[in-house]
Formats: sequence, structure tokens, C-alpha cells
Amino acid sequence: MPKLIKNGSVIDDAAQILVLDETQAPEALSLPEGQVFVPLAVWQAHKGVLSDNKAVGVWLESHESVDDLAEDLDSLSAVALNFPKFTDGRAYSGAALLRTRYGFKGEIRAIGDVLRDQFFFMQRCGFDVIQPKTGKYSDAQLEEALASLKDFSTPYQAAVDQPEPLFRRARRAA
Amino acid sequence: MYRYDSYDQKIVDERVAQFRDQTRRYLAGELTDDEFRPLRLQNGLYIQRHAPMLRVAVPYGLLSSTQVRTLAHIARTHDKGYAHITTRQNVQFNWPELKVVPEILAELAKVEMHAIQTSGACIRNITSDPFAGVAGDEYIDPRPWCEVLRQWSTFHPEFAFLPRKFKIAVNGATQDRAVIQCHDIGLELKRDAAGEIGFRVLVGGGMGRTPIIGAEITDFVPWQHIITYCEAILRVYNRYGRRDNLYKARIKILVKALGIAEFKRQVEEEWAFGKGGPNTLTEAEVARVATHFTTPAYETQPADDAAYASQRAANPAFAAWARRNVLAHKVPGYAVVVLSLKDPSRAPGDITDAQLDLVAEWADAYSFGEVRATHEQNLVLADVKQSDLFAVWEKARAAGLATPTFGLLTDMICCPGGDFCALANAKSIPIANAIQARFDDLDYLYDIGELELNISGCMNSCGHHHVGHIGILGVDKNGSEWYQVSLGGSQGNDTSIGKVIGRSFAAAEMPDVITNIIDVYRAQRLEGERFIETVRRIGLDPFKIGVYGDAAIIERKQHA
Ligand code: HEM
Ligand code: SF4
Repeated sequence: MPKLIKNGSVIDDAAQILVLDETQAPEALSLPEGQVFVPLAVWQAHKGVLSDNKAVGVWLESHESVDDLAEDLDSLSAVALNFPKFTDGRAYSGAALLRTRYGFKGEIRAIGDVLRDQFFFMQRCGFDVIQPKTGKYSDAQLEEALASLKDFSTPYQAAVDQPEPLFRRARRAA
Repeated sequence: MYRYDSYDQKIVDERVAQFRDQTRRYLAGELTDDEFRPLRLQNGLYIQRHAPMLRVAVPYGLLSSTQVRTLAHIARTHDKGYAHITTRQNVQFNWPELKVVPEILAELAKVEMHAIQTSGACIRNITSDPFAGVAGDEYIDPRPWCEVLRQWSTFHPEFAFLPRKFKIAVNGATQDRAVIQCHDIGLELKRDAAGEIGFRVLVGGGMGRTPIIGAEITDFVPWQHIITYCEAILRVYNRYGRRDNLYKARIKILVKALGIAEFKRQVEEEWAFGKGGPNTLTEAEVARVATHFTTPAYETQPADDAAYASQRAANPAFAAWARRNVLAHKVPGYAVVVLSLKDPSRAPGDITDAQLDLVAEWADAYSFGEVRATHEQNLVLADVKQSDLFAVWEKARAAGLATPTFGLLTDMICCPGGDFCALANAKSIPIANAIQARFDDLDYLYDIGELELNISGCMNSCGHHHVGHIGILGVDKNGSEWYQVSLGGSQGNDTSIGKVIGRSFAAAEMPDVITNIIDVYRAQRLEGERFIETVRRIGLDPFKIGVYGDAAIIERKQHA
């Protein structure tokens, strides 16, 4: 079973990311068994039926806006944000907005080109599940990569994981 | 200057460990070139023609003598005996080997230095006025604000992978010496009617292939809110800046596409959520940082030191240096000294390890142990007693750091160009040196007066040619190196973008071209008129005639 990082440990995970190819219209719905993330377009076309199904999450492409999910977050337990390339940093803002602006308490999953050298930033922005591409890391490498979550112990600025900046958290001597 | 506490030190130490591991994984083949590239860039590491180039951060240009000694040591042991001061007040090494870079970073960390975010698509080194704290026209010291912003932007998790690099500059004096109009965010410190400190905020300035002057997004943000305001700007940029085309990815393109009014609307809508949140600055934090920038223990000195006056009278060479490279200081009896890195025998902005060691020594002896790096690629001793100036000059002269040309034609800004840079269309250093050789007569230079000449080896504009009174740009024509000349650019309060005068020139023609331009200026100038003022008054045509002859102009007019 594929492995991913959840709240700082490596676990097995069977969730599927539904990707439509060009021939598939979002209106036609056929869901695989088990936990699945559907594209935004599928969610929007089938919200009515999908929103009772706790096994269904939504995944957004980096150009898609979390604002479009704002109304639906109460019926969602998980949102995945895709990194088409790890240098495309839009999902950091997306995750931060989901947590701070929209108060989303469910799972926020980083998917796509997810590399260990960005784990620290992801975690700070509110991603609690980090899913590198299948085959990107061996099981041992993924275990090793957990260390990257702890690259820095006391960051300066406020973020989702640490809502107070250092100057409010610590008494710093002049 | 700012000194690290245990938190600052820990962050920098952890960075060294992180980068050491990243380099190890890269060299072991666990990270691909593409994966490693942004990681090394965010640590100031470019791969260049000859070797990686390492850009070390000098926050807002301030250095302690200890740091300068470490830079000298690095230049000596890990490089070829010199370093380069950049237009954003940083220091570059041109020849370090990748595998020793973690070692270099560890040495830097020992003296509270790093290379964090000196390159890459993230928030870069915050730059400021090199004369902060000593200039007579300063109304608010920008340094504490720069430091507060430095800490906020360091490893900001949301803005580490922006569409493109992001540069912030802060100025707090009547004269803008931080080039705030050419930055992604330019901050001008000011007071409102009630005397409260805040910032006028400019956004979307930048050089590169599309030079744009920043637009005002707000005329006043109270100081408490400057971080949340900047975060709102960055969040809008991070979400909506273009990522499909590298050349259209800077915030300036987004601001232009939306229009400043719509961009402001989006920023302020975003800001409504962040404003008043935890990132709101506290008086205690600003006060804590500001205590690092208190005035040094100045002695009571006569406003005009008698010996200094007689030394100038007795020694014309000293007088010339004092006239050009010594600037007024706000404290009576003190002066600001510009140590010139424009000796014609070296590349503009280059300094050797031995020179760095000497500068550190003079800083300790004469200037409270501090040195500054300037946007114009010189160094500054900011707090020298008038009575010490002669001694400083003698030493600087012996070391080749007293070229008395500050602010003149040969005090040029110049990028590394084709000698070092893989992106270059043309070399820039030999052009700079050829022009310096042509204009080596000091009386002639003094007669020409204040003039900014800026050279870039390609459209990336690292040498700020767009805002040079005279700008020179290296262009590629069928694989050979040519140079395009523009006139009328300017930085500072009345920033303007220069206009190209016509067809480009071969390297060998360049000294003559500059001479012709200067001849037109000297023939046309009014009493006391600076070069840029003459260009603005008479326009480009007289210069085009001076450079290309009448025929070119007449022909163009007929086509028009
Ligand atoms: C030798 C290695 C260097 C490389 C590969 C390099 C590369 C670049 C590139 C690609 C840009 C354009 C970025 C953009 O428009 O988005 C740029 C801009 C710039 N670089 Fe460099 N550069 C180098 C050295 C330097 C040096 C030595 C300086 C200072 C003397 C410098 C200062 C700047 C500045 C001030 C800009 C303009 C920023 C703006 O567009 O607002 N660079 N550089
Ligand atoms: S302007 Fe061009 S040639 Fe000069 S350093 Fe920048 S990228 Fe290189």
C-alpha cells in the first residue's frame, strides 16, 4: 500500500486521486471504492450526492481557488492541493487560506510534485498530510525524510502551525 | 548594528545543517539538478561559467569588522582572493566549489552571516540607504524596520516559491538612496499629521527586460501594520502572478495587467483579514530591534577640525579625495567616507582579501568597527572623525581604495557580464575599464561633474543600465558582442527610465561614444547644470547628432 506522511509519521494510505482524462466529462460520475479525491469540476457537478459521502474529498489544481470551496467545506473531510511542479507555490497560500480564513479543520493533503525539502513549509502552511508521488521515495527514504519536517525549530514568523510570531512567543533580550 | 540572539543564531545554524544535507544528497544523486536548483538558489548559489557563484547576504548593507575579516578569509581560502560587492549591497564570490559551500556557510554562521534567500523566487535581501543613521537628511532610521522585515521574510513558508524573485527596499531620508522606485515593494518611511510613523508603499517597480517604475499603492500604512500589509501584497502576488512565462512573472507585470487601482483593491480586501492579526508589530519588538541601532559613542568634536582644513590646503590630492569621497555627517566633526572600489585596474565592485582585511582594520580604528556596502558597489566607513580623515586617506590610497571619483562618470555600476555570467550577451567589465582609462584625467572628470553610468551585460539588467544617466547594455548580434546606449535614466527621487539613442556599437567604439556624448553635454550645458539635467532639457537629438552625425538624425526625421 502507498505510504504518506500524516501528522509527522509515515502511514499506509489507500486513497485514490481521481484524474479525468480528456475523454471523461466531469458530469459522468463513476467513483472507485474507498477513499477518493475528485477534481473540483466533478465535485461541483455532483456536490449534491457527494457531500454525504465522507470518503470523498476534493483536489484542486494549483490555478484553482480554494475560495470556490468556501461554501462546501462543512461537508468535506479532506481537501488535497496539487503541486504540478514543486516550484509552483500557490498551494501554500491555498492551504493557509483554508485554515485561517475558512477555518477548515479537516485534512489538507499535499499531492503532486511533493519533495522532502518543502515538507517544512507545507507543514507550516497547514498541510497535515504530505503525499509524495508513488515511487518518489522508498519506504526507508520516506522515514528518513521525516527529518525535514524539523529543519527549523523556532521560526520567526506566524503561520498556521504557529499562529504567533517569535516576537510574541518569546521574550527576546535586546 | 543588529546582533543575533540565540534564536537568530539557531535559525542560521539549522540552515547550515539543512544545506549541508541537501548538498550531500545532491552529490549522492538523490536530488536531481532540477530539484536542487531552487534549493541552492535560495542559498545564493548560481552555477556560472567557471564555477558556482555564491552570493552572501549583507542585510541592508551593514557589516561588522569581524564579518569583513571572515569575508576576507573566505576570499583567500575558498576563492581566488577577491569578492564582489553587488548592487543590492550583498557580497559575491565567483569561484567557490560546490562541495565546500556548506563549509563556507558554516564559517559565515559563526559571524552571524548567511546566504539565505539571496537568490531564487523568494523574498530577497532587504536593502536600504547606505548612509542610514548618519545622513543629515534622514528623518527616520530605516535599519530597525529593515531588520524587522528581514526576520519576517526569512523562511516565510508561504512565500518561498513565488512566481519570481521579490525585492524590498526601505528609505527614510529626503533623498532616496535605496532605489525604492525600482523594487517590487519600495517603502518610504514617513510620519502622518499626528507624528505617527508609517510607510508610503510603492509596488511593482523593477528592472529586467521590462523596466517599470513602482506605483504608489497606499500613501500611509501605520508601522504596526507594515508586515500584514506586505503579506497581503505577497499573497495576492503568489496566487495571481503569472507562472506561465518567466519574463512576465514579476509582480510588476501583474500590477500592470490589473492596473494599480484594481491591484490595490485586491490587496486591501486581503489585508482586511490579516490586519490586526498576530503579525501586527508591537512597540516592544520594534524597541528591542531599535536598541541595536543606537548612535555610537561620538566624541565632542569641533564642527570644522583645524588640522583637516590645513591638510586639505597643503595636499591637493587629499583635498580632491575629501571633496569627492568624504560626505557630510549629521554629527559635528564627523564624516562619512566612501572607500572606492572603482580603481581602473580592477573590475568595478571587486575587492581583494587583503583589502578586506585592511578595511576591517580601519573600521576598528576609525569607525566603531562597522562598514557598509553600497548599491553603487563601494564600501563606506560611516563614522570617521575629521581629524582621522588624513590617516584614513593615506592608508586607503596605499591600498588602492581612494580613487577620488565618488558619484562621477567612472564610479560606475557594472554587472559581472560575460567574463563570469552564463546569461551574458556581452562582457561588461572590459567596457567599464576602457571607459575608466579614457576618463582618467581627474580635472576633466570633475568638470563633467555628477554622472551615473551603469552597465549590464544583458537584458536582465543586473547593472541597472535602465536608470543610468548613461546606460550601456550588452546585446548579441549574430554571435558577436555589441553595446546599446541609453540616456536620461535616473534613480532616486526623480527616477526615470533611459531611452536608447540608436544603433549599437562594437566594444572598441565605446570610449569614443562616451566622449562624444560628454562633448555634447559640455557644449550645451548651462551654468551649474548636471548631465542628467541637460539631457532632460535638450532631449536626445543633440546627443544623437554628436554620436551618429547629422545624417542619421535627418534620415530618421524623414522616415517619421
Ligand atoms: C553572475 C551571476 C548573475 C546572474 C546569473 C544573474 C541573473 C539575473 C537575472 C536572471 C536577473 C533578472 C531577473 C528578473 O528580471 O526577474 C537579474 C536581475 C538583477 N540582478 Fe543579477 N545576476 C547575476 C549577478 C548579479 C550581480 C553581480 C549583481 C549586482 C552587481 C546583480 C544584481 C541584480 C539586480 C539589481 C537585478 C535587477 C533586479 C530587478 O529586475 O529589479 N546580479 N539577475
Ligand atoms: S545583467 Fe546579464 S550579464 Fe550581467 S550579471 Fe546579470 S544576467 Fe549576467
